[in-house]
Amino acid sequence: MLELKDVHTYYGNIHALKGISLTVDDGEIVTLIGSNGAGKTTTLRTIQGLIRPRHGTITLNGEDLTKVPAHEITSKGVSQSPEGRLIFPRMTVKENLEMGAFARKDKDGIKRDMERVFTVFPRLKERISQKGGTLSGGEQQMLAMGRALMANPRVLLLDEPSMGLSPILVEQIFKIISELHAQGTTILLVEQNARMALSIASRGYVLQTGEIRLQGPAARLRDDEDVRKTYLGEH
Amino acid sequence: MRIGQRVLLASVGIYLLLFFGPLAGFDLFRVIGEIANKPSTLLQQLLIGLANGSLLALIALGYTLVYGIIELVNFAHGDVYMLGAFMSLTVIGAFNVDKGSSPAIKATAIVVAFLSAVVFTAGVNALIERVAYRRLRNAPRLAVLISAIGMSFIVQNVGLFWGSLRAFFPIMGVNSAAPKAFPDLIGRIDVFKDILHIDVPIAFNTKDLLVIVMASVLMIGLRLFVQYTKLGKAMRATAENRDAAKIMGIDVDRVISFTFLLGGALAGAAGLLVGLYNNTAVFTMGFTAGLRAFTAAVVGGIGNITGAMLGGMLIGILAAFSDQYFSSRWTNAWVFAVLVMVMVFRPTGLLGESVGQKA
Ligand SMILES: Nc1ncnc2c1ncn2[C@@H]1O[C@H](COP(=O)(O)OP(=O)(O)OP(=O)(O)O)[C@@H](O)[C@H]1O
Ligand SMILES: [Mg+2]
Repeated sequence: MLELKDVHTYYGNIHALKGISLTVDDGEIVTLIGSNGAGKTTTLRTIQGLIRPRHGTITLNGEDLTKVPAHEITSKGVSQSPEGRLIFPRMTVKENLEMGAFARKDKDGIKRDMERVFTVFPRLKERISQKGGTLSGGEQQMLAMGRALMANPRVLLLDEPSMGLSPILVEQIFKIISELHAQGTTILLVEQNARMALSIASRGYVLQTGEIRLQGPAARLRDDEDVRKTYLGEH
Repeated sequence: MRIGQRVLLASVGIYLLLFFGPLAGFDLFRVIGEIANKPSTLLQQLLIGLANGSLLALIALGYTLVYGIIELVNFAHGDVYMLGAFMSLTVIGAFNVDKGSSPAIKATAIVVAFLSAVVFTAGVNALIERVAYRRLRNAPRLAVLISAIGMSFIVQNVGLFWGSLRAFFPIMGVNSAAPKAFPDLIGRIDVFKDILHIDVPIAFNTKDLLVIVMASVLMIGLRLFVQYTKLGKAMRATAENRDAAKIMGIDVDRVISFTFLLGGALAGAAGLLVGLYNNTAVFTMGFTAGLRAFTAAVVGGIGNITGAMLGGMLIGILAAFSDQYFSSRWTNAWVFAVLVMVMVFRPTGLLGESVGQKA
């Protein structure tokens, strides 16, 4: 359903994505792994319309998104929990979640999704009237994911949801991602924690300096010698 | 800054104040004597300060709204306020009303002037953003700043030109650069003595009342709007993090345009109110008022709406005190001294949050 074909993205003269092609099918979890500066965040920002690709196309269910303004891409069903979380620090948890549903008009659906977010992240309900900036790192990550879910997206993009979290919280976040997947959410997961990412994804892509080096079923990537050495830290 | 440095700076400041203060009218013993002699004057100045301060606050809000959302000091903002006064003057001139006209005609003229000024300045401010700032959104800060200063000069010259159009608008008078007489449509009826029949030693007239009430209504309205409406929340989200706002599906360009509309509208309202209050309008009025209003915004914590209101009131009251007790020639110096003090001891302003928290 989400398809990138030969996408090239630049920052000025820096050629950050050098022809990325990938697909995410309905109901899948696909992971994008790679080391620092490989272009994972750039890929997600390009999909969301925050940066424009210089070449290539991005389509969602056959509809070309390449020239659609960023704010309309959201209403077409793409939302994300971005790198660095980017929650609104001076807005309450409730307001943050409401902002996630900004593009929606179906009041009942929004209410239902708010309940769903609180079921998945009971912690957020306890903090409902607290300012986003006062939350702990783990809570902020939950808020960023909850906020993305409030858009009721067709594809959920997650950029390093385990970043900066304690091992226990990482476990918890990955468990929640599997749950969301089990409930039918389509997910593109960017991770540096390749071991965890490959354990819950069905397929994966390995990104290196703006190019896709390897791709395939998660199980096969886990067994790949290069992946084991470079990304799983095995020798 | 370390505590030791602060104490040192404070001591130097107090030393300088005591030695050079009297030159600028700050003679503590005389001031205390005067206040003890006639305390009602203090109250009187407080009221004058509140009236002027609410006008400053209306203008300061325009600086703060725009700074909050795109981190730009819109130097043209003061001049947009001047256009508001000129538009009001033009409309009131077209109604051909003056002090002696019937209350119904005066009220109609004021309402029409208000609506025209507000719509006009809102449009001008949004247009300025569209032509002078939007293309530079990702350019270095300095480029936008220079563009803003350029717009300020352009708008000021539009005012100068407008003032020369006496063939179309006789109310502009013969000299294009000279202060224009703004008809006195409100009059000075003392609220305590002549309306409430209470005998108090301070004068509070209908003009003060109009200015304070109108400014308060507009400011409370703005506060509620930003806090509770969907568009208001979109403004806050865009101010806090533009990329995140885009991910939420917010049309950031539209929100920024709207912010300029809102700031411009408040400036237009202030332009009319100042005209009615001071009964004069001149093409340079935006520069002087803009400087003070900007100071008010910074003192309150630029980017913070409540801060701009508070800063406006504080600067208004300070200016009134200085006019009365120090020396009106030194009032601007005192205003900027306060700015410097705030910058040294609390760079984020009274209600501002540190920039680091914004990330
Ligand atoms: N705003 C920017 N301006 C210039 N270059 C940038 C910018 N953002 C990213 N880059 C460059 O683009 C390349 C890809 O960066 P990107 O952030 O997409 O990597 P990443 O895979 O997400 O890395 P990380 O794991 O550190 O988050 C890097 O070489 C980076 O230096
Ligand atoms: Mg990244």
